[in-house]
Amino acid sequence: MAEKATIVVESGDFDKLYSALIIGNGALAMGMEVSMFFTFFGLLRLKKGQLDKGPLSRMHFGGLGKWMIKRRMKKANAVSLERMLADFVELGGRIMACDMTMEIMGVTKDDLRADLISDYCAVGSYIQEARESTITLFI
Amino acid sequence: MAEIKVDCVGQNCPVPLVETRKALRKASPGDVVEITGTHPSSKKEIPMAARAMNLDVLEVKEEDGKWTIRIRK
Repeated sequence: MAEKATIVVESGDFDKLYSALIIGNGALAMGMEVSMFFTFFGLLRLKKGQLDKGPLSRMHFGGLGKWMIKRRMKKANAVSLERMLADFVELGGRIMACDMTMEIMGVTKDDLRADLISDYCAVGSYIQEARESTITLFI
Repeated sequence: MAEIKVDCVGQNCPVPLVETRKALRKASPGDVVEITGTHPSSKKEIPMAARAMNLDVLEVKEEDGKWTIRIRK
């Protein structure tokens, strides 16, 4: 059985989601199985049209910092969050949505990009995956 | 035995690694996947990934900052 990585995506910040997806895609590319659990502010990024709408975790400066970073990313030919999420799913990565967050934040399945989500679940499912993972991260 | 070419010239992290994996998933056993690129870290990390998946790295070469890696599935 392939080694496993599990990542909790709690933050909805642009840069943290970027890191989470790079790590997730890297692990898949190196032959691991990967599950990403989206909860709290992370889950909000799975709402339709919201993937790259998060602020920078630092130096956001009312959007100016993010605008600068995005411009520099484009110059460096860094790929978009949208592309990385599509690659993640194509390589067999699993996306899990926290159902309690949905209830607390008033998010319905219709609000979310259901085509990308493998499962709607809670902490038990995360632990079950994490206990057999060699890499676990909370971002 | 097919030979599959993947062009990642000018692409940045993590694209060369991800595109290599996509090609390897689609390839049949015995096929050779040849990746070319310019992202420096990928030159050592793609062979790392191949070995982690127990695949043969047939060749790694570089000329003028452009590398080519050949992997047999």
